[in-house]
Amino acid sequence: MPEPHDPAEGAIAGTGAGGAMDLAASEATTLAPGQQGEPGGPGGTGAGAPARSLWSDAWRDLRRNPVFIISGLIIVFLVFISLWPSAIASGDPLDCDLANAQKGSSPGHPFGFDGQGCDVYTRTVYGARASVTVGVCATLGVALLGSVLGGLAGFFGGAWDAILSRITDVFFAIPVVLGGLVLLSVVTSNTVWPVIGFMVLLGWPQISRIARGSVITAKQNDYVQAARALGASNSRMLLRHIAPNAVAPVIVVATIALGTYIALEATLSYLGVGLKPPTVSWGIDISAASQYIRNAPHMLLWPAGALAITVLAFIMLGDAVRDALDPKLR
Amino acid sequence: MGRYVIRRLLQMIPVFFGATLLIFLMVNVMGDPIAGLCGDRKCDPATAAQLKKEFGLDKPVWHQYATYMGNVFTGDFGTAFNGQKVTELMSTAFPVTIRLTLVAIVFEIVIGITLGVVTGLRRGKPIDTAVLLLTLIVISVPTFVTGLLLQLLLGVEWGVIKPSVSSEATVDELIVPGLVLASVSLAYVTRLTRTSIAENRRADYVRTAVAKGLPRRRVITRHLLRNSLIPVVTFIGTDVGALMGGAIVTERIFNIHGVGFQLYQGILRQSTQTVVGFVTVLVLVFLVANLIVDLLYAVLDPRIRYA
Repeated sequence: MPEPHDPAEGAIAGTGAGGAMDLAASEATTLAPGQQGEPGGPGGTGAGAPARSLWSDAWRDLRRNPVFIISGLIIVFLVFISLWPSAIASGDPLDCDLANAQKGSSPGHPFGFDGQGCDVYTRTVYGARASVTVGVCATLGVALLGSVLGGLAGFFGGAWDAILSRITDVFFAIPVVLGGLVLLSVVTSNTVWPVIGFMVLLGWPQISRIARGSVITAKQNDYVQAARALGASNSRMLLRHIAPNAVAPVIVVATIALGTYIALEATLSYLGVGLKPPTVSWGIDISAASQYIRNAPHMLLWPAGALAITVLAFIMLGDAVRDALDPKLR
Repeated sequence: MGRYVIRRLLQMIPVFFGATLLIFLMVNVMGDPIAGLCGDRKCDPATAAQLKKEFGLDKPVWHQYATYMGNVFTGDFGTAFNGQKVTELMSTAFPVTIRLTLVAIVFEIVIGITLGVVTGLRRGKPIDTAVLLLTLIVISVPTFVTGLLLQLLLGVEWGVIKPSVSSEATVDELIVPGLVLASVSLAYVTRLTRTSIAENRRADYVRTAVAKGLPRRRVITRHLLRNSLIPVVTFIGTDVGALMGGAIVTERIFNIHGVGFQLYQGILRQSTQTVVGFVTVLVLVFLVANLIVDLLYAVLDPRIRYA
């Protein structure tokens, strides 16, 4: 396997279309568009070609990985039902009849009813939206904020780096669930945004630490020194040369973090400070069901199962992406 | 060594003050600490002003923080909403949570490292795949779901354990809650040990040890395991703080009256003093645990020296 960030390799192969990793080539010709984060690339280098970018290489690995395919399918399905829940659930999650409370499954209501007499199947389907929204938005926010702050600290070093590292230490010292309880206990809004904001606030140090380390490693590469010697500006070095080489670990950690944010949202909702009714969320439903656990465990099992499968899918995806992007494991 | 410890202790100071200040500000944002003192009714303005003055709440936040920290260093953590001293609450709550955390850590070390060694030595075999899948599932199911399910199965259906823990919280009552608390970390310890063992298995020193004719058991325990434990020790060390903080969920499920319970009550009742006091101690525990981990490196790997 060719070293993805070896400038010589890229220069010899001269495949400008091979992606952002062929930095020497792109620096020499400035033809290659920066394609970080686009695993597919234009596929300019077919199978067996001498030089492939890290991304096209990773994509080839991923396509063959059953774990990636299974988790990918689950995630596509989840995104689909969070966008159009009515496609597979005809009922209304808030249409409840107390007369049906705690009843088991019956025709048309395969998962039975919960303590308020709501249809568990409909609520489980509609619950996907809150989880997916929180997971995706929190991860995007954390990844953006963390990689910008951490990347700049790693690149410029000095006082900002020292201050940022101490701030990161401070945030690491505070248990997340506890911070959530304190900060979110005052929130009365029943939208998802306070929860997302809280996760970004307490989550960014994790990514910033990784981005910082990864930028420091990338900064020492010869091609960055070469670019500096050729008079490249700071922003050009950061965006064209360092960022594409430093982003892989961030993507891996962020994908796995997505799963844990979904679990965290459910945990906070279970504790009563996360999402609030009438938002439909698995965490809220599990919390409500835990009071009736002796008589009607089905109310707990369906949303809990859906939650577990969702988290599992994102963690498996993260694992597969890491295996594909980390050449050490190959 | 001594100088290293001193340097690390000095580095801990800004982190300690930063973290406590952060939580102090968060709690202040949390709401009016006086509101909790008048029960469910609203305080009348005169009483509120009187109480504010009494607790020093009419002063700016930085002043309140400085006063609070000054008191903490003389051992005065203030008073909880019901008039009990916070230190009194701590003296009943911390032993319970420490026992729970110890049970959890023992599970992590014994089960996690054993499974990690077994799978790391048999990479790619069926047992490896099975354990790996199991850890994935454990990581994916949130702790509160694991806890509720175990409580339902063991406590309610089969009657093996009591569904809720008594106020004494003896060690045998804490075994299942400890396992629940440990579950996710246990899976991480297994995976970390597995990776580390699999990586070091091909190291030169292992080959040397085998070539010297050492028994397999000794090669694994003395040579392979000792060198593979550094990342695991790091993880377990940083996990001590997370476990004590994460005990909120476990303690709520099994009705254990530990740190998590007191914190939850403190937050519900908006008792600033309780929350800040407990968090301050938790932050200290976290920092000390991290320091101990760093010092343990030298014990595990003699090549690491502290200047």
